Amino acid sequence: MIATESLSKRFPRVTALDRLSLDIGPGVTGLVGANGAGKSTMIKILLGLSPATEGHAEVLGLDVRTAGAQIRERVGYMPEHDCLPPDVSATEFVVHMARMSGLPATAARERTADTLRHVGLYEERYRPMGGYSTGMKQRVKLAQALVHDPKLVLLDEPTNGLDPVGRDEMLGLIRRVWTDFGISVLVTSHLLGELERTCDHVVVIDGGRLLRSSSTSDFTRITATLAVEVTDSDDHPDGTAALREALASAGVTIHAGVEDGLPGAGHILLMEAAGEETYDLVRDTVAGLGLGLVRMEQRRHHIAEVFKATDHEEVQAR
Amino acid sequence: MSTDTSKAAPDTTRIHNIGYRSYDGPRLGRAYARRSLFSQSLRGAYGLGRSAKSKVLPMLLFAVMCVPALIIVAVAVVTKQSKLSIEYTQYALFLQVVISIYLASQAPQSVSRDLRFRTVPLYFSRPIERVDYVLAKFGAMASALFVLTASPLLILWIGSMLAKMDFVEQSKMFGQGLVSVALLSLLFGGIGLVMAALTPRRGFGVAAVIAVFTISYGAVSTLMGIAYATENEGAIQWLGLFSPMTLIDGVQTAFLGAPTGFPDGGGPGAGVGVVYLLVVLALVAGSYGILMRRYRKVGL
Repeated sequence: MIATESLSKRFPRVTALDRLSLDIGPGVTGLVGANGAGKSTMIKILLGLSPATEGHAEVLGLDVRTAGAQIRERVGYMPEHDCLPPDVSATEFVVHMARMSGLPATAARERTADTLRHVGLYEERYRPMGGYSTGMKQRVKLAQALVHDPKLVLLDEPTNGLDPVGRDEMLGLIRRVWTDFGISVLVTSHLLGELERTCDHVVVIDGGRLLRSSSTSDFTRITATLAVEVTDSDDHPDGTAALREALASAGVTIHAGVEDGLPGAGHILLMEAAGEETYDLVRDTVAGLGLGLVRMEQRRHHIAEVFKATDHEEVQAR
Repeated sequence: MSTDTSKAAPDTTRIHNIGYRSYDGPRLGRAYARRSLFSQSLRGAYGLGRSAKSKVLPMLLFAVMCVPALIIVAVAVVTKQSKLSIEYTQYALFLQVVISIYLASQAPQSVSRDLRFRTVPLYFSRPIERVDYVLAKFGAMASALFVLTASPLLILWIGSMLAKMDFVEQSKMFGQGLVSVALLSLLFGGIGLVMAALTPRRGFGVAAVIAVFTISYGAVSTLMGIAYATENEGAIQWLGLFSPMTLIDGVQTAFLGAPTGFPDGGGPGAGVGVVYLLVVLALVAGSYGILMRRYRKVGL
């Protein structure tokens, strides 16, 4: 979908992108970075609107330098900022934008009706957009990016300004753009946490450099964590401590830290699950101690922790 | 499709099960997008495709432009005159205030909204490019002005035919009038859009356009009057270069056989007229250039 090779963009005073090489396949890809990390510059280059200082980039197999217009015909873009005139209705606006993408008038109207329904706008689509909530506006912005049935959409901070519920809905919608519509997504965010549920692949850039690029399942599967909670018994007044000792002596790595702030945090043991045998070992150990097993569940690591670790290593490496 | 919506509307989870349909139809590309933007902007300049409220002013001004022509024609037909009581080329000059108000209200509408609500990046993320956007907006504004200024001329011409005036003579004068208002439309449209595109605030745009047209015309007329009163007649023909309306006046006096509105009654001759024409063309090209520069900065 997207391939860049030592892509650089330098402005007189800042380097926005620094020899960035990426290969992004179909699916939902998260582009993560702090504000000013080069995400928006990247999108501009990918749309063929801003020439790269050096390096090479291809979108859908087309060179951004020479085939900008063809790329923009098959790619959708949702900007981060507000872009909706308040005095027209969502329908009028999206129809107009569909025609600007080259769709004939009739097709533009049909696609607009379809797309607005898919993003979850119904009767309100005939009202002027000035009266819309932030969530509805974000949906219209997404709809105008999808209306011409692109192969790829570039979404710039689509969850900005949304409340937690709206955020979840938007993320669900983005997921569906790929799973149901078959349109690949590149979504930028400065929040890692929200991308781990949505994306198949996460790319982290910082200061225009590539920090890490790998699939979301890679991050979380390798470091699967097991959470175990047990009851206390007469023999073992502190069941948790007894289990900790027994498991540690059996060679299981117990995480020192407990999950702060969660209910019953003090009674939950977190350990590294090496494989099937760890589950068996925990079961047998608990049974051997005569404790009741309240729960045993997999905890997925948050990507953020993984990146914190990466950052840490980087700092040490310097 | 409408039945789907009404059936599924209360249940949001089912609506998504209708399924996504991909689009395999034609994609008409850049030239089509430019044409669509042009027609949308032209229609918008008369409030078509916009709210009922925004139709009021342009339609009213259009009527104000046409009513005098209708009256002149009616009088000419009833009294069987052999000549219209106004020259085709003079018509826009007499109603220039109406034209300025129209331009001041519609030029900001055409460009300021896209700037203010930051819709411009959405255009440029599509096949359409900066030059397409500027050409479409410029073309639409000039065309809207042409419709406004040429329609009364058409009424006059039809009236002159009804009154059985000389066909060849009337048609020639009508043609000259059309050339004159075409130039006027390009010049006014360009200046109006530049003023409007400089500010995302619509109110400032309206005020700026009105100010440029009325102040420059007022100042030039006053200076011409002073020059005439002090018998400094050589200055008059050069003063006309400094306001859009007197520029058009000068060009049509020199080349389109129009009586001048200049106070000495002479107006520029062919030699100075060339200067007038060049200034008009330079202003039109300059407006285009400034708009192109302006939109380089407001891309994505």
